[in-house]
This record gives sequence, structure tokens and C-alpha cells, in this order.
Amino acid sequence: MIPEIGNISLAIALAVSIILAALPMIGAHKNSLQLMQFSRYAVVAQFFLISVSFAALAYSFTIDDFSVRYVAANSNSALPMMFKISAVWGAHEGSFLLWLLILSGWTMAVAFFSKSLPLSMTSRVLSVMGMLSIGFLLFIIFTSNPFERLFPGALDGKDLNPLLQDFGLVIHPPMLYMGYVGLSVVFSISIAGLISGQLDSAWARWSRPWTVIAWVFLTLGIALGSWWAYYELGWGGWWFWDPVENASFMPWLVATALLHSLIVTEKHGAFKSWTVLLSLLAFSLSLLGTFLVRSGVLVSVHAFASDPTRGSFILAFLVLVIAGSLTLYAIRGPSMKGGGYFNVFSKDTFMLLGNILLTVACAMVLLATLYPLLDQLIDLGKLSVGKPYFNAVFVPIMLPALVIMSMAPLMRWKGDNFSRVAKHMIIPVFVAFAVGFSMLLLEKGSVMVSISIGLATLIVSSVVMSFVDRVRNKGNAFTAFKKIPLSFFGMNLAHIGVAIFVVGVTFTESMSLQKDLRMEPGDTISLGGYSFTFEGAKSHQGPNYIAYEGAISVVGEKGETVAVLTPEKRIYQVRGMPMTEAGIDAGLFRDLFVALAEQLDNGAWSLRIYYKPFIRWIWLGCIFMGLGGFVAVLDRRYRLKVANKKTVAA
Amino acid sequence: MNPKRKNRLILVFLILAGVGAAVTLGLKALDQNLLYFFSPTQVKAGEAPLGYSFRLGGLVSDGTVKREKDGMTIHFDITDNAETIAVTYVGILPDLFREGQGIVATGKLDGSTIDRPKGKIAHFIAEEVLAKHDENYMPPEVQDALDKADVEGKEAMVKTAAEAASAKSEVSGEKAQ
Repeated sequence: MIPEIGNISLAIALAVSIILAALPMIGAHKNSLQLMQFSRYAVVAQFFLISVSFAALAYSFTIDDFSVRYVAANSNSALPMMFKISAVWGAHEGSFLLWLLILSGWTMAVAFFSKSLPLSMTSRVLSVMGMLSIGFLLFIIFTSNPFERLFPGALDGKDLNPLLQDFGLVIHPPMLYMGYVGLSVVFSISIAGLISGQLDSAWARWSRPWTVIAWVFLTLGIALGSWWAYYELGWGGWWFWDPVENASFMPWLVATALLHSLIVTEKHGAFKSWTVLLSLLAFSLSLLGTFLVRSGVLVSVHAFASDPTRGSFILAFLVLVIAGSLTLYAIRGPSMKGGGYFNVFSKDTFMLLGNILLTVACAMVLLATLYPLLDQLIDLGKLSVGKPYFNAVFVPIMLPALVIMSMAPLMRWKGDNFSRVAKHMIIPVFVAFAVGFSMLLLEKGSVMVSISIGLATLIVSSVVMSFVDRVRNKGNAFTAFKKIPLSFFGMNLAHIGVAIFVVGVTFTESMSLQKDLRMEPGDTISLGGYSFTFEGAKSHQGPNYIAYEGAISVVGEKGETVAVLTPEKRIYQVRGMPMTEAGIDAGLFRDLFVALAEQLDNGAWSLRIYYKPFIRWIWLGCIFMGLGGFVAVLDRRYRLKVANKKTVAA
Repeated sequence: MNPKRKNRLILVFLILAGVGAAVTLGLKALDQNLLYFFSPTQVKAGEAPLGYSFRLGGLVSDGTVKREKDGMTIHFDITDNAETIAVTYVGILPDLFREGQGIVATGKLDGSTIDRPKGKIAHFIAEEVLAKHDENYMPPEVQDALDKADVEGKEAMVKTAAEAASAKSEVSGEKAQ
């Protein structure tokens, strides 16, 4: 009965979203207050119906209703409760339901946090979001209905893919989807702006917080995915340039470019058409990502068995969204007035260059991701693009971006003179050179390491410089410091995050040590100044798996005990699928990572042992970026709106 | 030329130069890092280049996985049910590596051959072995290679298209599960 309720709510939600897509748009066109105000009710109804449907599916999982095909395929009575809940979005159908739930949640947020905006604008935004929701509802109802029944019902479920039975899966997809779908808000705002022709500073100021919030979620979602891959499936790697990873990285690159170009548009109306284009692209790339993941057209570690009709549906939707939005852009684009005039040597130029680097980087990733697909179409044989491509292309594009990132915040809008900027940059450049050169003295230091660490230092030292600049010659330094807006802190936090990330990547990639070897109980090897002794492996029984748990004691250089690592090799009983759980001793400056590979003779195992310096900095950097975005959104400029709203309401 | 126009020209030039450089770099890197996929049948037919990396896919033949004493060097055969290639790999195999499982290996032919009861077969040195997340998932290239080899084999033997089709649907039925 419960699954049917879920199914019916989806059908009603479709009707509601059709109303949501149509009425407010007509209302905005005819300037009918009634029709426009109606949109809020439709938004609430839609959110409620989709929540009911989501809850119905979650409920079917918790009570082990194996007469529902999706539950039978992705759960099992022995599955721990936390994973029964996360299994709701563990596979195709449910993950789209989650996507839809988040879309309707964002729609609610737009409806309730936009009172400062003209009603006609809000109505158009909601209407566009309603249209997107129609697309996804149709997709779920007709090609991926999670409530489909199995007759006769299964006695027990086939279990959730063991890889996904992990805390990482519980939070990674929702975070990532919050980011993906958050970009739909920005997309809708741009479409609404294009329809109404109102693409001014106010429009940009309104887009900014939504873009930043979506970007924060996207950043954290990607970082979580990377962290999860590191300990769960990557055998110690943190990024694989897998098509599905690229699918999440491309919208991130464009969103990053977008949130910077929105600043310029808000400040003095420049880059208008570029900003709009980026906002359309960012969401289109999210959809493209979904298409790539779900259609199975690309060879990827994430490619689970998939269904071609779904692929063609998403492709059609993708084409409709991209073609529709670009057509509108082409019609309305020329009427957008170009922004203010600026000198070549100015913050504006640097922002533009940064934007171009990010977009080009995205284009390079897109090229490599789609190239195998194009090739397949013209049947040149199957091929894939190797990881060295990405390193060869990405690094040279990103290094100048780091330079731009450290200089731009110190420069003035519209025009600046070189000697003024040079005066500000001289100390940071000096510090960067000193640190960079000292890297050459390290044991494994190379020119590449010295350049990247030098640039990371440049970012941090110019951030410090920009704070000094804000309080110097302003009388009381403390009051001057207090006057610095939150968005300035946010920007700098995020930039420091990038520096931390660069340091993490540089050291992890250049100085990791790895050993794959056979060890018998009692064997000892040393790696990175630590000695690892294999104490043997014992079997034990988990809730839905049997496992061998190894014990490796780690001793430091002075003979002190560092840790006892307990990697596991699990066999999940329902699917008979083996899984490797790494044993990790995490630290701010190094991780020690041990994984059991295979059981050999005489109690011996083959093992992989890693010494990974600074790997935590990769994710720490992402956390800083996310935090920076969060702080920036709290800025008074956006908060004032809420305050105004309250006074109006009172 | 007025300064406004000059400015714009410099900007446009800078952008074009930058984007041009990036695209050249990208295409060059792409060209050097393309990995082609070959099935054992194609390798046997001499389509795969000697000394260049490519991806070899197929099923791990039953009873062929042998491990050397060091525990890390592994020998096994990859087959598409028509032809077979001998593979040597040093390192850790993915969890889902099993006999009968579809896998993709990246590496090179070293030009030598290995004696097998049915004759000499080519020897492939793998640098990376991939099996997928999902135990029922068959890498699409491998599926394709199997289908092709299967169809060719059947045609040669019985020349009844109907049988080839039914065998094919069996395979794809398995895949759907």
C-alpha cells in the first residue's frame, strides 16, 4: 500500500509541476498578481508530494518490503539500518528521486527567500524550475519508477552493492546533488532574466548567493567523493580522472568561473553576456554529467549496468535544455548592453583571464571525456584517454591561474598602475621565491615541486598582504579590521583553501611511497621511516559479511609504537563480492595506509603499504574553500535584504 | 586607433593566444595519450601495435591463473572465446578479479610468445588490471568483443544466423541481470 502512495504522489506531483511551470509564467506575462502569487502554493504542494514519495520509498526499505523491485535489488534483511536508509539513493531510480526531492527543496528555498525580488521575476524563476521538475518527474515515472512491484515478491533482497555500504555513500550523493541541483537555481534565474530582459547589477547580486551556496555544496560533494574513493576503493588514490569524476568536476570549474564573473557583473555591469552563458553552461554540464553516469555510454568505474532507454530520455532532455536555453540566449543576447570600460591592466582583466583559464580547463576535460564517445560514433575502434593527458594539460593551465589568483585581489577595478601593484606584490613574491627554492633542498624536491609550493606560498602571502593593505594607514588598525566585510574574509579563506589543496596535491603526488609485497606473519619492512610488521590475519563475522582482519603494527624511527593498523578483506555474503577495507593511520602531515590484497599460502598475504605525505591537505583545502563560500554568503550585503524584508513585513 | 579600441584589441589578442596555446597543448597531449582497445582476436590478427600501450579485454580463462613464489607476479590468459593472449602482471589484482570474469588490462605486447597446448600465443605485459565495481557488470568493450568473436565462430561452424542470435541474447540476458 505504502509504495502505491509513493507512486500516486509522484503522479500528482507531475500535475502540480505542470501548473507550476505554466501559471506563474503566464501571470508574469499578463501581470496578473493572482496567478503569480499562486506559484507559492504549487511549490509547497510539489515539495510535500515529492517528500511523501521519498518517505514511502525509505519506509519500504526500512520494513524490508521485497515486493518492491528496487528494494529487492538494493537491500537485504541483514543490511544495517543506516545503509537501508542510504540504499534509497544507492542505485539509479532512488538517486533520481533524491535529485527530484532536492530540486523541489531548492524551489521552496527560492520561493521563500526572495521576497526582496520583484514578484514577476520570482514567478519566472519558479516557473523555469517547475519545467525542470516536469522533465525529471516524467523520467522517473516512465523509465525509472522505484515503486515498481515484483510479483511474486522476493524472499530476501539482493543486497546493496558492498562498495556503497559505507558512511561515505550516506553523505556523498546528497551533497553532490545539492550542488548539481543548486546550479539549476542559477540557471533558472538567468533564463528568467533573459525572458524579462532584466540582466542588471540587481540580477547579478541576486544570483550570487545562490551560485556560491551551490558551489559550496559541489566543492564539498566532490571532496567527499575523493575521500571516499581514497579509503574505500582507490587503493590509496584520491582522483582518477574517471569520466564520472570529470562529470562533477566540469560543472565545478564553470561554477567557479561563474561566481567570479558575477562579481564583475555586480560591480559594474561588465561581462554580462559571458556571465549568463556560464550560468547556462554550468547547469547544462550538470545534466551532461547525469547523462554520462546514467546512460552507461562511457566506460567508467561508476558504470553500473544501465538501460539505453533511460540514456536516450536524458539525452533528449539534455538537448532540449541546452538547445532551448542557448536559443533564448541567442535571441536575447544582442540586446544585452556591454559593461563599463576598463583598462588592460586592471582587476577586470585579471578576473577575465582567470575565467578563461577555468573555462579552457573545463573544455579540455570535456574534450577528453567525450572524445572516446565521438570516436565510437565514427567507429574508429574503442579508445580511452589516459591519465597522463590530464596531468599534461591541467597543470600548465592551472599554474598561471594561481598567479592570477594571488594578484587579482590586490588590484583595482577598471584600471591600475603597474608600479602600485608591484609594490604590493614585492614581499609576497620574495617570500614565494624563498620557500620555492628551499623546496629544491628537500630529498625528493624537483622543479615542479618548487614551482607549485612557491605558488601556494604566493597565494597565502598575498592574502596576508591584502589584509595588511586594508588596515594600514587607516588610523586605528582594529577598527579598520572590524570594517572588513565578511565577503572579503570568505574570499581569502577560499583562496587559502586553494593553496592548502595545492600543497597537498604536490606533496602527495611527488613524495608518496608505495610497496606491494608478500608478507608472512612476523615479516617486517620499512617505508618512509616507519617499520611495518605483519602480525597475521584472523577471520571474523560481520553483520552481513565475513572478513579477514589483518594486524600490522607500525613502529616509528625511535622505536615508539605509532599504530596498529587493521585492514580487512570482506566477503559480502549475499553477492559473494569481496571488498577491501584499508587500515589507515591518518595524520595532518602523513597517512599510513595498509590494504590486504590476497591471501596466499602459509598465512601469508599480499599487501599494499603506502606512506602518503600531506594527503589530508587535499580535503582540508576543499573544506577551507567551502567554508570561505559559506562565510561570503553571510556578508551583510545579502543579510541586509533579510533585514529589509523583516521591516517591510512588520 | 583610440585607446579603448586598442585595449580591446590587446585583450582579444591575449585571449586568442592563450586559448590557442591551450588547445594545441591539449590536442597534442590527447594524441599521445589515447589508449586503443583490442580484443584477443584483433591482437592475433596483428592489429595491435608492438611496443605501444593499449587496452586488452576479455575473460580470464579458467585454470590459467598462476602465481610466482614472490606472491606478486601473476600469469593468466585472457580470451574472447576465439583467441587467447597470455598476460603477466606484477602487483595487486582488483578484488573482482576472478577466473571467468571480464577484465580490461592496460599494457604492451613484449613480442615474445608463450607455448600452450593449442599453439603459441602472444605475451602481454600488463601495467594495470581493471575489473569493475559491480560483479555482474561486463565492460562494454569486452561484451562487444565477446559478441563479435561469438558470431564469427558460430558463422564459421554452423552458418545459422538463428543460433548466433540466440547465443547473443543469452549473453545479453545475463548482462541485464
